[in-house]
Amino acid sequence: MKKICLTVIGMYLLMVQAFSQSTPTDSSIYKGRKLKLDEVNIVSSYYDQTADKSAVMGGRPDAKGIGNVTDLANGFDIRFISWDGKGRKNSLTGGLGIDYHTAASQAFVDSNGHAKRNGTRIYPTIDWSIENEQKGTEFGIGAYYSAEHKYYHSIGLNTSWSKKTKNNGEFTTKLTSYFDRIKMIIPSEFVPVDSIKNVNAGGDSIVYVTTASGRTEALSYGTGQLLDKGTPVHTPSRARDTYTASFSFAQIINSRTDASIALDLVYQSGYLGLPFHRVFFNTGKDTIENLPGQRFKIPIGLRLNYFLGDRIILRTYYRFYIDNWGLRSHTAELEVPIKVTPFFSISPFYRYYIQSAVDYFAPYAQHSPDDKYYTSNYALAAFTSQFYGAGLRLAPPKGILMKSLAAIEVRYGHYTQTTALNSDIISLNLKFK
Amino acid sequence: MMKRQLLMRFCAIPVAGLVLVSCAHVKEYQKSRLNDSEMILANRKVEKNELNAQTYREGSSGANGGKTGGGCGCN
Repeated sequence: MKKICLTVIGMYLLMVQAFSQSTPTDSSIYKGRKLKLDEVNIVSSYYDQTADKSAVMGGRPDAKGIGNVTDLANGFDIRFISWDGKGRKNSLTGGLGIDYHTAASQAFVDSNGHAKRNGTRIYPTIDWSIENEQKGTEFGIGAYYSAEHKYYHSIGLNTSWSKKTKNNGEFTTKLTSYFDRIKMIIPSEFVPVDSIKNVNAGGDSIVYVTTASGRTEALSYGTGQLLDKGTPVHTPSRARDTYTASFSFAQIINSRTDASIALDLVYQSGYLGLPFHRVFFNTGKDTIENLPGQRFKIPIGLRLNYFLGDRIILRTYYRFYIDNWGLRSHTAELEVPIKVTPFFSISPFYRYYIQSAVDYFAPYAQHSPDDKYYTSNYALAAFTSQFYGAGLRLAPPKGILMKSLAAIEVRYGHYTQTTALNSDIISLNLKFK
Repeated sequence: MMKRQLLMRFCAIPVAGLVLVSCAHVKEYQKSRLNDSEMILANRKVEKNELNAQTYREGSSGANGGKTGGGCGCN
């Protein structure tokens, strides 16, 4: 009797399991969903730098080589998402950045320090991607434009593709290109002066001068007084092209650890210096920096994140960089977010950087006129730097003050180089969902 | 000596790759810590302008999701 009851119960359970399979969904009848606003990010930063040995003054170590800079950078991006008839997720992201800077060294594009000290950069971006969650693939394209007052403009294009693996990995490849036009605004002492003597009723003469700001001005020959600001003149420009192939692989290692490796192959060609950077030879004569017309760079980056316990995360990053100008560098970063509560964290960080000089660098007045290539830009010198600070992040599930303000992040850092450059930067990110 | 150091550094890359490949299988319900926003394998948006400043003031760039050159009035 017991055996018969157990057999009947077992057969009943088997029948229930057979009919418990869910009916497969038919994706062909999936209806697309309309475009909706997904996320808005606003990022603002204030940057304040003190430095000497500016590249505009050829690395000059005195007061004329001052390299103080302030920069107020603001940007936002807006992302919309929708699903098409095949169930693929489409994302459209538009962004706009506006930076306003003042640079003490910029004044010395004019040898008397009278050139404009400030400038504005505007850079809109647009990106579109389509993700197939079933196949684990994503394809994207994007465009970028940047214009900085009178110095240059740039057009950027990119395309990317990624594929998830069955074992919680993801491979991504991205191709990026930038096409820059750099206006050849050169230091004033190199601008040709066209003198046209025109004796007026008072017996004075007029000198027409083409200035570094791109105007032909009329000056009194006798007193140097500005008589007429004149009209803008055409300033020639040179091209600089940059092509980058990026490859990265991310992998979940275990329930507390993930890591990634990234490799970029970068090729640049064209005018790779800057026309307002001076170089002083050991003879005392000055000229404009001259750098090779090609540059090939290979940076390789490794990231490893580990969730320690219940409240601490270790975020690590290392990069090795090498290029054909002779520059080698190492970058190491450690950030430790500490979750005071599940929605509030404090993140101290530290970054160490060391680089060797490019083959064409020499300090002020140490280049020989026989050198083929020469620069005194200390960004290309040998130095070490440290960057350290902390961030705060607040992201409660019900928002901050309003439901749509999903997270606020504030971050401060102090940067110091062994070239006597020091700076502070404070940044704010507001995320709306 | 320099060549040996360069060779060692480049050998570290496939070793790192092997570490990434030989990983435990993690189920979706085990990813609560991995899905934390501060476990992201990239720079955060608040760091964007810091990266730009480093690109202007240093000779190297790239392999961090930021610019690799061009697109700005910098080297």
